[in-house]
Amino acid sequence: MYKLLRNPGHMELAMFAGIDPQSEGIARAKKLGVPTSHEGIATILADPEIRIVFDATSAKAHVRHAKLLREAGKIAIDLTPAARGPYVVPPVNLGAHLDKDNVNLITCGGQATIPLVSAVRRVVPVRYAEIVSTVASRSAGPGTRQNIDEFTFTTAHGLEAIGGAEQGKAIIILNPAEPPIIMRNTVYVIPATEDYDEAAIVASVDQMVAEVQQYVPGYRLKDAPVFDRRRTPWGERTVIAMLLEVEGAGDFLPPYSGNLDIMTAAAWRVGELFAQHLLGIRQEVAA
Amino acid sequence: MKTVKPPRVTDTTLRDGSHAMRHQFTREQVRAIVAALDEAGVPVIEVTHGDGLAGSSIQYGFSGTNELDLIEEAAKTAKQAKIAALLLPGIGTRKELAAAIERGITVVRIATQCTEADISEQHFGMAKEMGLETVGFLMMAHMRPPEFLAEQAALMESYGADCVYIVDSAGAMLPDDVRRRVAALKERLSIQVGFHAHNNLGLAIGNTLAAIEEGADQVDGCLRGLGAGAGNAATELIAAVLDKMGLNPGLDVFKLMDAAEYVVAPIMPYQPIPDRDAITIGYAGVYSTFLLHARHIAAEFGLDPREILVELGRRQAVAGQEDWILDVALDIVRAKRAAGGAGDAREPAAAERPAD
Repeated sequence: MYKLLRNPGHMELAMFAGIDPQSEGIARAKKLGVPTSHEGIATILADPEIRIVFDATSAKAHVRHAKLLREAGKIAIDLTPAARGPYVVPPVNLGAHLDKDNVNLITCGGQATIPLVSAVRRVVPVRYAEIVSTVASRSAGPGTRQNIDEFTFTTAHGLEAIGGAEQGKAIIILNPAEPPIIMRNTVYVIPATEDYDEAAIVASVDQMVAEVQQYVPGYRLKDAPVFDRRRTPWGERTVIAMLLEVEGAGDFLPPYSGNLDIMTAAAWRVGELFAQHLLGIRQEVAA
Repeated sequence: MKTVKPPRVTDTTLRDGSHAMRHQFTREQVRAIVAALDEAGVPVIEVTHGDGLAGSSIQYGFSGTNELDLIEEAAKTAKQAKIAALLLPGIGTRKELAAAIERGITVVRIATQCTEADISEQHFGMAKEMGLETVGFLMMAHMRPPEFLAEQAALMESYGADCVYIVDSAGAMLPDDVRRRVAALKERLSIQVGFHAHNNLGLAIGNTLAAIEEGADQVDGCLRGLGAGAGNAATELIAAVLDKMGLNPGLDVFKLMDAAEYVVAPIMPYQPIPDRDAITIGYAGVYSTFLLHARHIAAEFGLDPREILVELGRRQAVAGQEDWILDVALDIVRAKRAAGGAGDAREPAAAERPAD
């Protein structure tokens, strides 16, 4: 909501809907002059002007919403783990899905790490990609905590399906340090062959980081990719290690919660590209 | 409420020892170690990758043999002992838990950072549904005070834990730290309480005794202390000491000594001891498994492992954050370069390189 108000792009925030009239979110939206409803999806369905709906409810609710939104001819951008539509990571594959009526944003770890795997993949095939997402305890809500397995399954699947790795693995760690740590991700990639140009990988990764920075300004690689020899199931191999930091924009949530920011920033980006597509504007990025 | 009684001893040579073995235990080794422990009366034997189910990874080191095959071997070998597996939510999932149950575990130990017990609810739920005995592990328990830990332990109890352990993952606790933490859990919970020691400050057996004196119902050991960091309390040592105290829970002390001497000692790549780097781990309060990884990275960048370990402690790194070792090393190298000199990066790796 804050991102849409700050930068509407080709969108207009027409409605903020929840199910609890006492909710903090609805109170905040009202204060900011955003039309609100506490009748959940019903109000949204009734308004033909609304074309794009960001669903940040729960997987269970989205399964129901997905069907209703489709019937109402609206585009659903799904921030829950329900995944009724294809996974999208804006700079990697969104271009291929602008004709869909429902897309899913995978996980925060997926949004952060898949672009880097994909950046390697466009230089050399990837045998194995492994990511470790470390988020501040304070930024992991009850949804993540009660469904931590889903984070690992979904992210690992995204590394394969979107990142292009033959095999993906995801690990999530919650770090309770005070002051809270900024979201960190480590991306390890084992290319399928040893025959590749390290400089080309570094260049491809740099370019991808710049693309993500267009919508997540706090997305940065702490160091150039590290090429390290390790013992692996495929013999001793070069492992590419990339250390990534994601600092939130601080629109509403504290800057350490880059994990939450990258989801909302990706959602905004996806919404904007859909809006441009609906308006018949030539895509500003081809992915 | 403080009743000192013979504790149940779980041997975790084949799980915590997996770190020191760089996760290269073989079926034959598992068979020999389980047979010896089983024969000596050890009631529970833990077998898993050092970082729990699905720990085989770049981050923690790949397993030489699939842990599920090792679990199956252990379950086939044991006549009386129960086979346990470790699970860290965030690394392993219910999928691997189901596979481990199929291969023969009857106990699962579910471990979280001591502040994050609420990520274990779905795993306890499934384990109880499948009829397993369940143990909760509050890792890096030196990082929080006793009352806080009791709250977290109570969450695990509410999810279905049959016992909750104070886990001194960093080997950083002094005996009084152990006493206060075990006592707080005994006071708060209606289930059993356990304690898992590391020997980084040379206190593993002493801390284990402190826990038992506070009424701990379960404790952990490893033959020869084979485990992460400076290793754990040695199972044969726990047995000998308990026997002298009149608290032997039914362990054959001499058979355990033989198992340590003839089965485990010959296959150990090194004897874990509180050496320079391990003491630093206890001193700085970082995860014991960082030891070999920090040595590997330090050698590669021409750094002293202690610089890295102390900085990790300062950053409050928690269980499983092996990737921060590289991060810290790069930061130190960058800082040194900026300061104009010492320790140019990328010195050739030392001859002996840990396989992570």
